[in-house]
Amino acid sequence: MKTLILEDVVKQLELKPLSGQALLQKEVTGAYCSDLLSDVMGHSDEGQVWITLQTHKNIMAVAALKDLAAIILVKGLVPEAEVLSLSEKEGIPVLSTTLSAFEIAGRLYQLLEA
Amino acid sequence: MEFSYIIEGGDFSKAGSASSEVKKILKQLNLAPEKIKKIAVAMYEAEVNIVAHAYKGVMEGKIDAEKVFLRFRDEGPGIEDVDKAMQEGFSTASEEVRQMGFGAGMGLPNIRKNSDSLKVSSEVGKGTTVEITSYINN
Ligand SMILES: Nc1ncnc2c1ncn2[C@@H]1O[C@H](COP(=O)(O)OP(=O)(O)OP(=O)(O)O)[C@@H](O)[C@H]1O
Ligand SMILES: [Mg+2]
Repeated sequence: MKTLILEDVVKQLELKPLSGQALLQKEVTGAYCSDLLSDVMGHSDEGQVWITLQTHKNIMAVAALKDLAAIILVKGLVPEAEVLSLSEKEGIPVLSTTLSAFEIAGRLYQLLEA
Repeated sequence: MEFSYIIEGGDFSKAGSASSEVKKILKQLNLAPEKIKKIAVAMYEAEVNIVAHAYKGVMEGKIDAEKVFLRFRDEGPGIEDVDKAMQEGFSTASEEVRQMGFGAGMGLPNIRKNSDSLKVSSEVGKGTTVEITSYINN
């Protein structure tokens, strides 16, 4: 799996940054797709993008503790307002897609494996 | 050094904030990044368990040259069968808590995998104590 710049991922997958527009120069080393927080705690890795449908504050706590690169919210879901302010503070962008987890994960996998 | 943080039961909006403070301390102490990552997972899970399953609690920490020791004490329902609670997939989390993505029954297994020693003692109807030790130089 190769390393990409987050900004390129955003462009190629047509993601909409909901926060952290100034933080897109970081590297993405992979991705993890799960809606169970303990699963993400246990199995995601630093530098990965997290694909989820969870929109509450605790996703930022998990992403920050795991040093994840960004969070992708699927199906056009809108996060709680506090998620976005926390996102800026922690330096972890929240990105939005209208696609489902299956579709966006498939596309991101192709990008990272290509 | 020693520190302690109060953890409110039921207040998911603050879940993880004590762990995030301690992670900052570990970084300042220049612990190996791999070590910090593991301790972060273990302490977050113990903290969230107090939020999700107990009424109130405290995280007490002690760091010396050899190890990071964290003790989570709570007042809460306690755990009837600790061995069972340690099994991956076992959870008594409410439907509401599950919908937020908690309750996979992976927290205690995560703590075990990410620490050098884990001790859970509990008294039903009173509370639970979780002690986590991570040795710095291994
Ligand atoms: N501090 C605690 N007080 C009372 N019960 C607890 C406590 N910690 C854990 N338990 C019990 O042990 C079970 C398993 O805990 P564990 O952390 O492994 O999973 P979970 O919290 O249910 O889900 P997850 O951690 O995956 O979100 C809990 O469902 C609960 O019944
Ligand atoms: Mg748990």
